[in-house]
Amino acid sequence: MNIHEYQAKAVLKEFGAPVAAGVMITSPEEAKAAAGKLPGPLYVVKSQIHAGGRGKGRFKELGDDAKGGVRLAKSLEEVAANAAEMLGHTLVTKQTGPAGKVVNRLYIEDGADIARELYLSLLVDRGSGRVAFVVSTEGGMDIEAVAEETPEKILTLPIDPLAGVTEADGEKLAEALKLDGPAREEMPGLAKLLYEAFTGKDMSLLEVNPLIVMEDGHLRVLDAKVSFDNNALFRHPDIAELRDESEEDAKEIEASKYDLSYVALDGNIGCMVNGAGLAMATMDIIKLYGAEPANFLDVGGGASKEKVTAAFKIITADPNVKGILINIFGGIMRCDVIAEGVVAAVKEVGLKVPLVVRLEGTNVEIGKTIINESGLNVIAADDLDDAAQKIVAAVAAAA
Amino acid sequence: MSILVDQNTRVIVQGLTGKTGTFHTEQALAYYGTKMVAGVHPKKGGETWEAGVEGLAELPIYASVAEAKERTGANASVIYVPPAGAAAAIEEAIDADMPLIVCITEGIPVLDMVRVKAKLETSTSRLIGPNCPGVLTPEECKIGIMPGSIFKKGSVGVVSRSGTLTYEAVFQTSNAGLGQTTAVGIGGDPVKGTEFIDVLEMFLADEATQSIIMIGEIGGSAEEEAAQFLADEKKKGRFKPTVGFIAGRTAPPGRTMGHAGAVISGGKGGAEDKIAAMEAAGVTVSPSPAKLGQTLLEVLGR
Repeated sequence: MNIHEYQAKAVLKEFGAPVAAGVMITSPEEAKAAAGKLPGPLYVVKSQIHAGGRGKGRFKELGDDAKGGVRLAKSLEEVAANAAEMLGHTLVTKQTGPAGKVVNRLYIEDGADIARELYLSLLVDRGSGRVAFVVSTEGGMDIEAVAEETPEKILTLPIDPLAGVTEADGEKLAEALKLDGPAREEMPGLAKLLYEAFTGKDMSLLEVNPLIVMEDGHLRVLDAKVSFDNNALFRHPDIAELRDESEEDAKEIEASKYDLSYVALDGNIGCMVNGAGLAMATMDIIKLYGAEPANFLDVGGGASKEKVTAAFKIITADPNVKGILINIFGGIMRCDVIAEGVVAAVKEVGLKVPLVVRLEGTNVEIGKTIINESGLNVIAADDLDDAAQKIVAAVAAAA
Repeated sequence: MSILVDQNTRVIVQGLTGKTGTFHTEQALAYYGTKMVAGVHPKKGGETWEAGVEGLAELPIYASVAEAKERTGANASVIYVPPAGAAAAIEEAIDADMPLIVCITEGIPVLDMVRVKAKLETSTSRLIGPNCPGVLTPEECKIGIMPGSIFKKGSVGVVSRSGTLTYEAVFQTSNAGLGQTTAVGIGGDPVKGTEFIDVLEMFLADEATQSIIMIGEIGGSAEEEAAQFLADEKKKGRFKPTVGFIAGRTAPPGRTMGHAGAVISGGKGGAEDKIAAMEAAGVTVSPSPAKLGQTLLEVLGR
C-alpha cells in the first residue's frame, strides 16, 4: 500500500526524523491560512499524488509554459495563486501514464536552503534476505539512472536483523555520503530511526530522495516515499487508515474486497486464472499469439462459486474486454466449482463476448460436463496453447 | 532416488486441526500412504485427529513440535498455520531442530521472514517456502497441496516459484512418458528458505534425475544466479539437460503480480534478463508454458 508524501513525513516525524513544518490542504481557500502557520519567507507547494516525477510533471489543463507539480512561492499570495492553479487539475508525470492523476491534495511546506542533495532508501534486499540501506551522493536524480551510469556511486548496506543498525553501519553510511560537520554527527542517529520506522511499521520501501544537507550543515528529509507490506497491515490499523482509494483503480478495489488478486492492464482479452504464475503465463501466451491481456487475475487456491462470480463480473465490467479466457489447473481448486461459478455468473450478467474455457486437474470431467450442459456459448480448449489461440482468433473474428 | 523426501520421511503437521490442514493431510495419507505421523497444536495436546474420510489413520496431537518430534521420530514438518502465526511456527520447528520444514502459508509479512531467515542461517534445518505448494516424490511422499493424480514416477526434477506452473510441468512430463523424481515448489515470496540454486544442486547430485525443468518468474535475481550456477557447474563437467520457463514477460513494471515476490522494481527483475541468462547457461527456455514437456523431449532427442 502506498501513501502520500505528507502522510509519510508524519509517520517519520513520529520516529524523530528531521522534516520541515508543513500543512496539507484540499481547497485553494485554505492556502493562505495554512502557509501563514509556517515560518516563511520561502514556501514549497507540492502536489500529493501516488506517483513520482511531480516536479517535472505538467498539468493537462494548463498551457505548456505553466509550472510543474512542485512549486516554490515567496509570499502567501504566491502560495494561494499556485494552489488555485494546481488543485483539481490533472498532473501528468512519467510515472502516471498519459492519463495523469487529478491533484486533490496539496502539501505546503516550509522552504529550505539546500547545500547538497543526497539519496537514501531502505528496502528488503532479496539477495541477502535482509533490510538494506541504499545510499548515494547523487540525490534528487532518478536512482535507476545513477545505478545504470555510475554504479560505483551507490552503496548497498544490508543490516543484521539481530543487531540492528550499529555505530559502524552509521559510520559507513556517513562515509559513503561524504558527510562532515553536524550532518556527519547526525547520520548514525538518522539511520537508526529510519530503520526503526521501517521495521516498526512493516514498510516495504522508504525512499528519501533527496535527503539534503542544508546551508546550516544539518540533515533534512526533503521528500519521502513510503510503501507498506500489505500482508502486515493487519497489525498496523493506524497505517491502514492512511489508504487513499481515489489513487487506486476502482476495479482493483472491488477485486480486493473478494480477496482476488487483480491488476488492470491495457489490452482487450480478459483473463481468469488460478495461481499467480499461471496467471502471468496466461497473459504472456495471449501476447505470444498477437493479442494483449486486459488484466491479471488470480482467483487463488480456494476460490468459491461466489468468488468466481465476482471475478467474472469485474472482468466483464471493463469496456475494453472483447473476449475472455478462463484457464484453470485444478489442484486444490476443483474444476466443478469453477464451472458452476462461471455458469452462475454468465446467467446473472450475460455474455456479450467470446469465452474460452480451459479446465485441467481435479474433477475436470465434472467441470467440463457442467459447462457443456449449461447451454452457454462457450468455446472449450484442451490446453493453454489451444486456449490462447482460440480466444485470439475469436476476438479477431468478432472485430 | 529422489531429493528431500521419500518413503522414509515422517511428517508432522503444524496447523493440522484447521480446515486446510485437515483436507491436505487426508490427501497426503491417501497418496501412497505418505507417513503423516502427528499434528501439533499448543492447546490440543493429548487429543486425537480423525480424518473425515473412512479408512485413514488417526493421528495423535502434541502440544509442541519438540514433543511431536521426540515421540514420533518425525524428520519433517509441514505448516498450514495462518499468516499472522506462521513465522512463529517456523521458528518453533527450527528450535526443535526439525531437518525439513515446508511452509505452505501465503501472506506472511516479509519482515517476519527476514527474522526467520537470520535464524535459519545458524540452524541445521532446511525451510522450503513459504507461499509454496510443497514437495512431492511420486509414489512415495506428498508434503503440501500438489495434486497427486498428475504425477508419475520418472526422471525429471521439477523446481518452480509458482504452484500451478509446477502442475503444468508435472502434468506435461507425465503425459510425455518421462515422469518425475521430485517436484519442489520453492514459493513466490521475496524472502524464502530455499532458492533455485539449492534445489538445482540436489538435482545435479541425484542419480535418478536425468533432466530438469526450472520455472521462474519476474522479480529478484534468483534465476540469474541459478543460471550462473548451472554455467559454472557445466564447466566442471556437471550437466543435466534443462528446460526453463519464465512467467511475466508482459507484466508492467512496479506492479506486484499476485505473488509478493513477483514485481519488477528499480528496473530489475524483468523476464528478458532472466531468459537471456538462462539461455547463456545452456538452458532451453520454452516460450510457451504449454510446451514444457514437448520442449524437454526435443532437448533429450526423443
